Amino acid sequence: MTAVSSRQQLNYIAAQAADARVNLEIETEGMTLNIGPQHPATHGTLRIVAKLDGEQVIAADPVMGYMHRGYEKLSEVRTYPQVTTLINRIDWLGSFANEVPFILAAEQLMEVEAPPRAQWIRTVLFEMSRIANIVLFLGDMAVQVGAVTPVFFAFRDREHILNQIEAATGGRFHPNFDRIGGLKDDLPKGWIVETKQAMKKMRSFCNEIEELVMGNEIFQARTRGIGVVPADIGLSYGLSGANIRGSGVDWDVRRDGTTGAGGLVHNELDWRVWTHPDGDSFSRFWVRLQEVRESTKMVDQILDGLPSGPIMAKVPRIIKVPAGEAYVETENPLGVMGYYVVSKGGLAPFRVKIRSASFNNMSITPWLLTGVYVPDIITILGSLYFILGDIDR
Amino acid sequence: MSTAQVFAELAYWQQTGIRLGAGLAAVLAVAGALVYLHLFKAVSFMQSRLGPMEAGPYGSLQLLAEIGKHLQKEDIFPRKADKFVFGAAPFVVLASTFLLVVVVPAGPDAWFVNSELGIYLGLAVSSVSVLGILMAGWGSSNKYSLLGGLRATGQLIAYELPLILAVVGVVIQAGTMNMADIVYAQANGEIFGLGVVGNPYILTQGVAFIIFLIAMQAELAQAPFDMPVAESELVTGYMTEYSGMRFLLFFIGEFATAGVFAAVASVLFLGGWYIPGIDPGADIMNLLGPLVMLVKIVGLTFLVFWTRFTMPRFREDQLQRLAWKFLIPIALANIVVTGILKVTF
Repeated sequence: MTAVSSRQQLNYIAAQAADARVNLEIETEGMTLNIGPQHPATHGTLRIVAKLDGEQVIAADPVMGYMHRGYEKLSEVRTYPQVTTLINRIDWLGSFANEVPFILAAEQLMEVEAPPRAQWIRTVLFEMSRIANIVLFLGDMAVQVGAVTPVFFAFRDREHILNQIEAATGGRFHPNFDRIGGLKDDLPKGWIVETKQAMKKMRSFCNEIEELVMGNEIFQARTRGIGVVPADIGLSYGLSGANIRGSGVDWDVRRDGTTGAGGLVHNELDWRVWTHPDGDSFSRFWVRLQEVRESTKMVDQILDGLPSGPIMAKVPRIIKVPAGEAYVETENPLGVMGYYVVSKGGLAPFRVKIRSASFNNMSITPWLLTGVYVPDIITILGSLYFILGDIDR
Repeated sequence: MSTAQVFAELAYWQQTGIRLGAGLAAVLAVAGALVYLHLFKAVSFMQSRLGPMEAGPYGSLQLLAEIGKHLQKEDIFPRKADKFVFGAAPFVVLASTFLLVVVVPAGPDAWFVNSELGIYLGLAVSSVSVLGILMAGWGSSNKYSLLGGLRATGQLIAYELPLILAVVGVVIQAGTMNMADIVYAQANGEIFGLGVVGNPYILTQGVAFIIFLIAMQAELAQAPFDMPVAESELVTGYMTEYSGMRFLLFFIGEFATAGVFAAVASVLFLGGWYIPGIDPGADIMNLLGPLVMLVKIVGLTFLVFWTRFTMPRFREDQLQRLAWKFLIPIALANIVVTGILKVTF
């Protein structure tokens, strides 16, 4: 540069500096997008810290714990019957299913077995809470992809199930109905007929969703090949439930469970486990849709073959659980849920460790979300199907 | 004495006042009617609920209650927002709507501007809303808004092309860009020697009509093209930080633009104010014409909102692919075919 005057020289320096500043600003750096904790797509308080390059995700990190309620610790200062009130709130869409593995663990420790009728009714309510839970997923997945209407159909038709659960247990959302050694009450009069009608409605809802959502070309374009989880990766991250069956792993604790499925009667029913080989968001949706259909079949079979008899085994009025430890897991709506209960022989458990399905299902998100686009974050999270209460407990 | 002669004898300020009032009514009343009919009621029945029922008979005054609510709310500016850009954005978006409505005729004399370049002017000013959306996205200093604004810009530019190309077919067939003359051309036209219903261009330009509807859906950013506002991922995109009056302006803009685009589509493809059997230039059409237009607008916007509440949304790469790989080539082919047929017949 040939500076003629100091003014020109200053101008030149200023121009260079301005250029440098512009270049510095244009040089793209990753943008960090905080999805949550307050965000419509996380239906709760999950936070995902996503580093973006344009619309592409470089790294995604789920931050959990915004809804931690300390149920494991609280269980240590509650008596065994009181604990069910707490754990109802873990997966709040399928509450009854939360109670079952804990009660089964306590029964295992006490060496009590519920009478057959109680076991069968337990299984009915267990499957009905699965239907109530997954029906909402089927509608909600459409919302995540952008179609608003199906979720209203889901809310409308879930009401039939919730009405039946309420009629039997007295609680729409939080039945708190399972007891150590049986159930609180027998079924009310006329419940069986009404429930069968509700199951019919659920099957027609499944057909409706299959046409309205699953058959839609845009839905398929948004979910097929998106968020693919290979079977070995899924297993190594501890996925369970429909998430792992969507990857082609034929594993269902209801059928293959070894530890203490004694309280449920799935083995005596005629049903099958559905798997899908693709492992993408679509296959997870598909597997869940088939599971609702299987559950309605199971409920029908149970209602046809309901044995008579008492609904409560002989247990002392004040429940003291002998010292020991038990781990029971069941196939809950969201995946495998297990309770590890340690007793020192008191009124309250010494320690309760809850293995909730959503927590493990969420752990794959950093691996799964890397490299996808922002709109796909939402479909993938939606198809993994977590419930915040189930993540944070 | 015809209506036009009566109008011509009024003073300038009276003419201007009438035009201004009619323009406001044409945009705002139609927007209100669309919100009530489609967003409140039609969608509610789709979703097995009633919609608003308390304010007025069948909730007909709900919209006034909503407006009152929004007017009372605080006008929040984010601390780091670009105050001027952020504040001006909704007005820019709404201005584009008001500029577009001036070219739409609703009767032989019921127009605001009877320009020889009517549709050309209309398509030009309708693009102004992109500026407003980009201003809102940038000015909010919010990452969701920024992503939404950028998505909106890319989408609106991509779908402007099929929109314009679809209109070109109509312009070739009518031989004019004057919106009123396009209506006359449809009213006096005949198809295969049958002139009973005239020739609404939906019959001969059906492909262009479908392309126009799809592009219109995308211009309005309604599902399946609502990636810019995508409420399940970007909260509400470029509108995220807006509240109170300014949000209301965006909201009005959304529905008013839907109404105005439907009006343009009904003029171009559905014969505008023309009723078969009545001379389109007759004086009575100045009264009947706006009603005919309103019916067509409500019908077309019902299609828009029916689709919106049924369809999932495209990802932005998918919707760009739809525009560039399918709509634009088909629209170009439509122009070529129209041109050849125009020359041969």
